[in-house]
Amino acid sequence: MPTTRSLTIRDALSVSLTVGAYGVAFGAASVAAGFSVLQTCLFSLLTFTGASQFAAVGVVASGGAAASAVAAASLLATRNALYGIQLAPLLRVKGLRRLAASHLTIDESTGVALSQIARGTDAMRAGFWFTGVGVFVFWNIFTLLGAVGAKALGDPASWGLDAAVPAAFLGLVWPRLTTNRLRVVAGVSMIFTLLVTPWLPAGLPIIASVVVAVGFGWSK
Amino acid sequence: MWTVLLLTSALSFAIKWFGHAVPERWLSNSRLQRINALVPISLLSALVVAQGLVLKTHVVIDHRVAGLLAAVAALFAKAPFPVVVVVAAASSALVYHWH
Repeated sequence: MPTTRSLTIRDALSVSLTVGAYGVAFGAASVAAGFSVLQTCLFSLLTFTGASQFAAVGVVASGGAAASAVAAASLLATRNALYGIQLAPLLRVKGLRRLAASHLTIDESTGVALSQIARGTDAMRAGFWFTGVGVFVFWNIFTLLGAVGAKALGDPASWGLDAAVPAAFLGLVWPRLTTNRLRVVAGVSMIFTLLVTPWLPAGLPIIASVVVAVGFGWSK
Repeated sequence: MWTVLLLTSALSFAIKWFGHAVPERWLSNSRLQRINALVPISLLSALVVAQGLVLKTHVVIDHRVAGLLAAVAALFAKAPFPVVVVVAAASSALVYHWH
């Protein structure tokens, strides 16, 4: 079934290219936060989960402690464990391939894999691997471009990089706000964060916002 | 800096691997799943204001707000992600230089 396969690969490639381009924003944000180009590239190679990377450098940029940065990034990464639970029975891999599958388990590879359900198990597997590898390649190339570019530009505020980072977070959360309830959660989280900002060390208000998620998720 | 980079990477990988390795029923608690689905929304929303409206531990209104407002407008216009970011950066830089 060559047509089914090529359709799956086309899905995977278009997602990879679009998402990979976000890497420019990460590369620039990371350098603006004070990380070196090498550290920025290692983030994308080793952490490889976009929102968490943005969170880690974001907390550092706002003057937060290392522990706050790591905690915020890890909390954002917990959803990847839930993706793995859904993917494991589908991929059925062991050993090194399981390690590779784990590293490539992100929003996009899971999303494309699950969206291929009408095309069968093989298409779902192909969707996962092609998207995972594709995003990995483009994400890392564009991270390098963004990091080198930001380094060359100098003062982050002069080029609006200090506003590009919160705008990137807004762009990441916006498509998730599909119901009014989720919009309320987002709004309450923002207000809560601003309210606790004067009372907590930098970086902690971001982690404290999880209280809002727990509160809304606890019942119903 | 290196601590943040290496710890974040190690924990992110451990979390991903955990999902592939544990039996499904371990994380099937519905309350846990509901909370987990909301955590990214709360954290990302918090990051928007913490990065856009805060300096150290003070809430401030500066040139970055222009960038955020432009980003909101771009998102309402269904602009793709890279456009949203560039529009925000340009608006903020404009106000920054204007002052």
